[in-house]
Amino acid sequence: MGKILMKGNEAIGEAAIRAGCLNYFAYPITPQSEVAEYLSWRMPEVGGVFLQGESEVAVGYMLFGAAGAGERVFTTSSSPGISLMSEAISYIAAAQLPAVFVNIIRGGPGLGGILPSQGDYFQATKGGGHGDYRLLVMAPASVQETAEMVMQAFPLAEKYRNPVMILGDGLIGQMMEPVEFPDHLRTAPSNKDEWASSGMSTRGSSRRNLVKSLFLDPETLNNQNLLLKAKYDRMKREEVRYEGYNLQGDYRVLIVSYGTMSRVCRTAVDNLKAQGLEVGLLRPQTLFPFPERAIREAAGKSTCRAVISIEMSMGQMVEDVERSVRGIRSVHWYGKCGGDVPTPEEIMEVVRDLDDGGCQTPGCICDKE
Amino acid sequence: MAKTFTKPRSLSDQYTHYCPGCTHGVIHRLVAETIDELGVMERTVGIAPVGCAVLAYNYFNCDFQEAAHGRAPAMATGIKRVRPDLVVFTYQGDGDLASIGMGEIVHAANRGEKFTTIFVNNAVYGMTGGQMAPTTMPGQRTTTSPAGRDVQQVGMPIKVAELLAALQTPAFISRQTVIDPKSIRKAKQAIRRAFEYQVAGRCFSLVEVLSTCPTNWGKTPLEAVDWVRDTMLPYYPLGDLKTPED
Amino acid sequence: MQSEVKFAGFGGQGILLSAKILAHAALEAGHEVVWIPSYGPEMRGGTAYCTVVIGDRPIGSPIIKNPRHLIAMNRPSLEKFAATIRPGGVILINQSLVPIGSGRDDVDELAVPVNELAVAAGSLRAANIVALGAFVARSRILDFTLLRRCVEAEFAAKPKVLRINQDALEKGRAAAVG
Repeated sequence: MGKILMKGNEAIGEAAIRAGCLNYFAYPITPQSEVAEYLSWRMPEVGGVFLQGESEVAVGYMLFGAAGAGERVFTTSSSPGISLMSEAISYIAAAQLPAVFVNIIRGGPGLGGILPSQGDYFQATKGGGHGDYRLLVMAPASVQETAEMVMQAFPLAEKYRNPVMILGDGLIGQMMEPVEFPDHLRTAPSNKDEWASSGMSTRGSSRRNLVKSLFLDPETLNNQNLLLKAKYDRMKREEVRYEGYNLQGDYRVLIVSYGTMSRVCRTAVDNLKAQGLEVGLLRPQTLFPFPERAIREAAGKSTCRAVISIEMSMGQMVEDVERSVRGIRSVHWYGKCGGDVPTPEEIMEVVRDLDDGGCQTPGCICDKE
Repeated sequence: MAKTFTKPRSLSDQYTHYCPGCTHGVIHRLVAETIDELGVMERTVGIAPVGCAVLAYNYFNCDFQEAAHGRAPAMATGIKRVRPDLVVFTYQGDGDLASIGMGEIVHAANRGEKFTTIFVNNAVYGMTGGQMAPTTMPGQRTTTSPAGRDVQQVGMPIKVAELLAALQTPAFISRQTVIDPKSIRKAKQAIRRAFEYQVAGRCFSLVEVLSTCPTNWGKTPLEAVDWVRDTMLPYYPLGDLKTPED
Repeated sequence: MQSEVKFAGFGGQGILLSAKILAHAALEAGHEVVWIPSYGPEMRGGTAYCTVVIGDRPIGSPIIKNPRHLIAMNRPSLEKFAATIRPGGVILINQSLVPIGSGRDDVDELAVPVNELAVAAGSLRAANIVALGAFVARSRILDFTLLRRCVEAEFAAKPKVLRINQDALEKGRAAAVG
């Protein structure tokens, strides 16, 4: 099959079906309602389940129930909707069930705006819901990568029996790009008979399965959390993904940026190179697990003077960048979070200032000392 | 000697944690008998609420999922939509269903989701220690209405069965109680009908069961039974509020 | 080499569709392409715009401050975006609705009575395709034969609409190249 032009939101829906997920529950919210519109006719066409729930709260639990019954299931939403689903996400992680959530981020906090943003980095990588759980978070930068990550998300969710989140932004959802759905990412659901409450007779077992998250005994609960932690530690060993751009040369500044923002940074890197300034770009493709070691090694290059996290938020990922760099270089931040995506020209100016030795960004974390 | 009375196969051997005089155990048994009689235990998934029945999965022998507070109908929706061949029931109390979970039950009922809800109404939050519920009777003292439920402040108790029966879609809505052998037999019939409708592919069915909570009501088991009869029944009349034949 | 085309006009003028057809043609020609709409309140009745970026390398920033070309279907669009266009680009003005020029002498300005030509082709709704034909013929951003094929593919399911839009495309082309 060749490339076709598709909106990011529609590609998300199609990718899930191609991956073998035939169950979708959702509630409309801009800027991702096209996923539900697309799947409202496409799911019935392939014999799948489409249901518009009464709220994001209910949708989260529809996923919990369906995942607990052992079926592949996913939903899509945008920031305020993900907040409402976060209770269910915590339960699903605690009950160790696979499910896929897509967040096409809009501006926040509160009702915020509907334009692109990356303000949900903390929500996705550090919690959102309550308790000691983590999500495996993937951040695509193109429609093609969005489709591929959605397809990869299902086997990953099943490998870890843990929710996976795709973190996009309004532009990823709204823009159209050529996309090709790879056949090799189509996977059969893994064997869930060990844990799914799918009816004893349907799995030929006389032993019943319980899907639960209540552990009143302190030692049992601690052990349960250790079990979850072991999975998150394994993700850190096995699932870190990132992409380098212009990291071969003798760059003087290292940019860390993800998603749509990283594409703008790539243009800035090209333009600066044409003007004689070498800048490296490291793009995390997984936000949890975070490419800590890769960033530390890239920051350690002898020519590198400074590291900057450029994001459509008021300095969220920069905390992980700073943690990764561990003080061997100065770490800076530049960002906007109102819907105006920083332009290549703005970024070029910020990076030139850094190369000249002076951070000019008001509110940058380097001011804090 | 032949056994004339035995524990249903769908109930486990575990002793329940329910208080003396609480009718949860009776209602569990009626549900388990029904599952046995219909021969569906191996394809049944129950959903436990948050509340006194949170540990219901320890007392039944079928697959179970444990919900967050109020969200059992959404979970049942998810299960039944992706696995229509399963028999799915939620078991919920009045704080769970009528307060925090009101949105989920109304919409699941109105969509005609093909599962069964057993709604246990004992007019109080039991597990958290007897706080006021949406179903608490006017003037009833609870730990958060120490002077009695003031209907000027918090309104009249919600009649869940009537509220859901006002929807066009649901198949079967009934209210029963389990305070004496006769009412238990009628409650059993209603629960069995609710499950039968589900197995037959009919849409949503719910049985509200007026229940006792001697501990939080500060009454003996016998006083509690009298209180259901004298105080709750006049406000919450028994009977089938909606049947598929309507 | 990267070119950006900004399509701008009122909601309902078919901005998103004509931009999509151009993007499709760019894909068929083997280019990298991105189609970026404005979304949200703007698309509900107000001005709508959409940018198509065509390049030979993977496209970096989808945020384009200074596009190379502009198709202005109404006056507010021309007033808002004329000054942002890079020197040397094409500014196509819908003369039917816009009585003014771009005020630029460093661009290739082309005024076409888009609405009248669309009506002559059979439907005012084909105005977007008249503009697309005129723009591609003038800018030579893509092969016109390929564009024809993509217009045909877009309307293949509706033979009557297809004929109108084929005619609209040719009328736009004729207006641009004289």
